Amino acid sequence: MQLLNKKPESLLDVKMHYCPGCGHGIIHRLVAEVMDELGIRGRTIGVAPVGCAVFADTYFNCDMIQGPHGRGPAEATGIKRAKPDTIVFSYQGDGDLASIGMAEIVHAAIRSENITVIFVNNAIYGMTGGQMAPTTLMGQKATTCVEGRNAKQAGYPIRMSEMLATIDGATYLERTTVHTAPGVVKTKMAIKKAFQNQIDGKGFSMVEILSMCPTNWGTRLDNPSEATKFVAEGMLPVFPLGVYKDACAADKK
Amino acid sequence: MYQGIRISGFGGQGVISAGVLLAQAGMMEGKEVSFFPAYGAEMRGGTANCSVVVATDQVSTPIVTAPDTAIVLNEPSLAKFEPMVKPGGLLIINTSLVNSKPTRKDIKILNVPCNEIAAELGNAKIMNMVAMGAFAAATGAVTVDAIAKALPKVYKKLKPEVIELNVKALKRGAEFKVN
Amino acid sequence: MAEKKLMKGNEALAEGAIRAGCRFFAGYPITPQNEVPEYMSWRLPQVGGAFVQAESEVSAINMVYGAGATGVRCMTSSSSPGISLKQEGISYAAGADLPIFIGNVMRGGPGLGNIAGAQGDYWQATRGGGHGDYRTFVMAPNCVTELGNFPHKCFEVSFKYRIPSMVLADGILGQMMEPVEFKHPEIDPKTLTEPAWALGKCEGRNKRIVKSYDLKEGGVEIMVNERVQRYKQIEQNEVVYEEQMIEDADIVLVAYGISSRVCVAAMKQAREKGLKVGLLRPITLWPFPKARLIELSKRVKNFLVVEMSLGQMVEDVALAINGRANVHLHAKPGASVITADEVCKTMDKILKKEAKEYAAVK
Repeated sequence: MQLLNKKPESLLDVKMHYCPGCGHGIIHRLVAEVMDELGIRGRTIGVAPVGCAVFADTYFNCDMIQGPHGRGPAEATGIKRAKPDTIVFSYQGDGDLASIGMAEIVHAAIRSENITVIFVNNAIYGMTGGQMAPTTLMGQKATTCVEGRNAKQAGYPIRMSEMLATIDGATYLERTTVHTAPGVVKTKMAIKKAFQNQIDGKGFSMVEILSMCPTNWGTRLDNPSEATKFVAEGMLPVFPLGVYKDACAADKK
Repeated sequence: MYQGIRISGFGGQGVISAGVLLAQAGMMEGKEVSFFPAYGAEMRGGTANCSVVVATDQVSTPIVTAPDTAIVLNEPSLAKFEPMVKPGGLLIINTSLVNSKPTRKDIKILNVPCNEIAAELGNAKIMNMVAMGAFAAATGAVTVDAIAKALPKVYKKLKPEVIELNVKALKRGAEFKVN
Repeated sequence: MAEKKLMKGNEALAEGAIRAGCRFFAGYPITPQNEVPEYMSWRLPQVGGAFVQAESEVSAINMVYGAGATGVRCMTSSSSPGISLKQEGISYAAGADLPIFIGNVMRGGPGLGNIAGAQGDYWQATRGGGHGDYRTFVMAPNCVTELGNFPHKCFEVSFKYRIPSMVLADGILGQMMEPVEFKHPEIDPKTLTEPAWALGKCEGRNKRIVKSYDLKEGGVEIMVNERVQRYKQIEQNEVVYEEQMIEDADIVLVAYGISSRVCVAAMKQAREKGLKVGLLRPITLWPFPKARLIELSKRVKNFLVVEMSLGQMVEDVALAINGRANVHLHAKPGASVITADEVCKTMDKILKKEAKEYAAVK
């Protein structure tokens, strides 16, 4: 019998705590496959966030650090500057990166820190129990906006990739999704490019990945298509997929 | 021996570097010294001042609130520092830029036209050295010779001929005597 | 003996850290500590280190949290309001057992306060400062030479016991220049052994995790209790203090940092008048020289705590003495300078029994 697929070496064989239908498991696996394929596991240090992916430090089979909410890019900066021959990635959710850690991500891009950021956008706070995120859609219900997000009280969702694309220091920014199989394939390609950029010393790369949170969206756990429909019909119009910055081909100013 | 000094003037008059120079000179003479600059908001608005202590015992605080000597290089500094001088202390006034007269009778006054002398020597920048020379001669807290030796330690980028000019300014300043 | 050099306190702190092997610094401008990042920005690259001007104090401490996790000797510095912002990262570093080094050049507070030298962060520094159960090793220099030499001890203790350490100075010490003498041989970080917990290349070994959390029931209790054992060792082994003229003293002044220098002058004035005054200067603020105070309190009747704050260290003194002697307080908050004359007046009052005891005043 021929072995066609196996668990990547960069992911430990432990039970994950993620809910059914959650996108984190897929994204963890994609990051791990990329680490395997690029042969960088042995020199990679990952930064785990606060939020649902807090336990990422126990799942990835490389050195890991877990620190304060939103400060991943700052921690990654310290690690990369102290140990420039390591590969450093920061794995963050939308509350972590686009709310409390807004300053850290923006300034890591401004400094063009040679790091890779995996930004999982599921438009909700997961770990704390479904509160409104900075990326929560207009009208989307959350435990801190029970009638749905309204502009008067909570303003509008932030598009991180578009905003970071205005920064000279940002090298590579792409938004992908994992709600479809082709989306998963494209996401892996984007993650690989984001790591390759770091290996090549090209500076700040971030992949924003639209992902599902059936538990806190209130979509049915036994019918994943409800959640994928939310991504397709709710998120995609607000967060269009695509490459927002690619300064790899041309030299940066 | 304890000599607490306040130096004050416009930014650009070399107030801070003159203070460092006195401390450096005192240190090279084997004395206990400290230097403390005005900083932050106090430095905005164009004035600068600093405290220097030259003493035989360890300096307890580097902030000189009742100076033995105040050196005022511009008009606003006179109003600010004349009242602070210790009774029996010394006030050195740069009469080139200070038009007002001091009012206190319980302190010694030493008038020095620093800018005029610097101009005579051909370099306006060395006016602070004229004041330092006057200070050294009047108090003996540090010697003119020690200040001269400290010059290249503090002004590391100065050419020898400019150092020489600074020493001339020190010596001219030292010729002034308390009235 | 090394040659004496005239140096600003802040610069001596930065140079001292580099000589102690520091190779990473992240900071943010705030008066009166600006010379630390300024100095680091050009000096660290000279020795192959890295400097980052962070976007905030919060970010700076987290950069240090990251760098510290790799086992590199690293530092951040700030002044009071900035240190408040850093408390998040300091708590995490304590919880992750990271040996990071922090400089606090205190100014007047609370709030924006002012930019003059003060001692109002004593509680914050010695009580941990951030959230949770932890300690920080705190040293209080009283001259520029000590500012230049204490980073050496801080890194040593930090790495030995895996605890964040802090130099608690003030704006006067940071801004003043005086002769400095670096007493320790310079440390080349290449000669240091990499700690067994340091993150780096996991090739050929098990992965390592640096973290401050454990969500299992009883997990954090175990973590904290293990740390408490190390804290006990520190209290046993690492207390540093200085005494002057203590043998025959009727009154012992207790002061740290710049206040202790004022006390030396006050003590000399008082001795000239025939008063038997001594000085105990805590150099480590945590661990506090408790045992020595207990010993002294068996013989000395009056202790006068002198501090440029509303009366913070006095609580540690009172706690140690525990009613065995009178504890008095000469406090001056708001970054106002204490003079030797004032201290002498307070001592006169104590001897004439006019001064209230600390317990009564409070």
